Amino acid sequence: MRLTCWSRKSPSTACAVSTDRETGGFDLDAAWRLHPQVSVRPERFGALLYHFGTRRLSFLKSPALLTVVRSLDTQPTARAACAEAGIGPAELPAYAGALATLAASQMICGRTA
Amino acid sequence: MTVPVAPLIEQFRSGLDAPICLTWELTYACNLSCVHCLSSSGRRDPGELSTAECKRVIDELERMQVFYVNIGGGEPTVRSDFWELVDYATAHHVGVKFSTNGLRITPEVAGKLAGSDYVDVQISLDGATAEVNDEVRGQGSFDMAMQAMRNLSAAGFTGFKISVVMTRHNVSHLDAFKAIADSFGAQLRITRLRPSGRGADVWDELHPAASQQRDLYDWLVAHGENVLTGDSFFHLGGYGQELPGLNMCGAGRVVCLIDPVGDVYACPFAIHDAFLAGNVKDAGGFADVWRNSELFTDLRRPQSGGACTSCSAFDACQGGCMAAKFFTGLPLDGPDPECVRGYGEAALAAADAGAAPRPSGDHSHRVAPRQGQPSRARQPVPVSIGPRPAQLAPGAQPVANRRSVPDRACDQSPLAGFTLAAER
Repeated sequence: MRLTCWSRKSPSTACAVSTDRETGGFDLDAAWRLHPQVSVRPERFGALLYHFGTRRLSFLKSPALLTVVRSLDTQPTARAACAEAGIGPAELPAYAGALATLAASQMICGRTA
Repeated sequence: MTVPVAPLIEQFRSGLDAPICLTWELTYACNLSCVHCLSSSGRRDPGELSTAECKRVIDELERMQVFYVNIGGGEPTVRSDFWELVDYATAHHVGVKFSTNGLRITPEVAGKLAGSDYVDVQISLDGATAEVNDEVRGQGSFDMAMQAMRNLSAAGFTGFKISVVMTRHNVSHLDAFKAIADSFGAQLRITRLRPSGRGADVWDELHPAASQQRDLYDWLVAHGENVLTGDSFFHLGGYGQELPGLNMCGAGRVVCLIDPVGDVYACPFAIHDAFLAGNVKDAGGFADVWRNSELFTDLRRPQSGGACTSCSAFDACQGGCMAAKFFTGLPLDGPDPECVRGYGEAALAAADAGAAPRPSGDHSHRVAPRQGQPSRARQPVPVSIGPRPAQLAPGAQPVANRRSVPDRACDQSPLAGFTLAAER
């Protein structure tokens, strides 16, 4: 659980890098992180994510995707996080798509560095 | 992902280790006496959980990683420890959305709420005019709710919810409700009138007429993206396209209700011994009730749709709402009383209305009963403390019948705002 000083009066600036919501494009070579207001609950199928700011619930539909999301903070890029989780090239586009969806709903966000 | 959607739904059907979220009614006490109150609230129950007991429940919810609770009542803010409990929950990583009629939302409270990151507020309003609202919720309740909204808005609290129970007198107000929400930067949430609690007494006269159901469906199709429904109108899916939401009944699987005395029910609309799974004060606490109770284990088994399975609309409606059927005396594996194909009306005509199960417990204010209604309000207050009753109450269904609950969503919006992210 991560709590921050976010307030509904002063919207979060935690997402330093914007994503392309129109195309769902996702930059695998950028540095990403779990949004600080998102809580993760592991489940048999993967995980439940809840964003305390947007009050939205999302699902990670595979344990491997949970591994990827959890390692975003420590890996230099999303591509590296996927590699670390054992995602092969053939699967990479699907994972990039899932990450794009998570970015569009602000579950994950870019970080500088 | 290579995993298709179906298995996720199957996971939900077979239940999770902890609810995605739950409804927690903190007190039966209420300053109002809404005619359709699903928990027959009015007077406090002497057995209501103490502050310490509530905090123990919150501790448990934190351990189970329940992200947030929908707190209601009664009017939850009349509890003297209400703000203390809200603060305790958010400090323990359990978000709070509470429903209120606006009673305690003063400018000062609104300012405090606006600065709180993990608290959301839902104001109840059942008419876009004082005339229509107050007929259901009581004299002065419209002005009280509107003042609360003005206070929230003035304090900079945007995105609060305006919660409307749809009746035949307010379906025509949908656009007006939306306009009120928009004017405050709030979000409209509409839910279905259930024949639960005192709602059982007024359902016949208040539930939307068949033509209004169609209007409601069309309105939801046009505005669905911006309006919350708590998945409560999936029975309207039989008109055509499925409405947004989770296509399953969450009762006892991903949602449940904790009532003011700590009793755990399968869903907020099913306060009846037939749907009582246990109590948070039982030896194993809430977690044991959630994970191991006989009732919830049963609800997580595959369900039967009965005769409805041969209907072409069944894929969309799945037979409708368990609670709506139960309290109108219809079999749980039969059609919903508001079935859009009309099978519900036929079933109601054939059913023995007098045999419909009565809601368990009544905390209504001791006022004259509505004309023509039985004087249940004058009965003693049942206090649910002590050991669980060994036998089902009159009207309760045996366990075997409970298996025939519909396989569809119908909760008090635990999944409102739910998105299917990462569905690839």
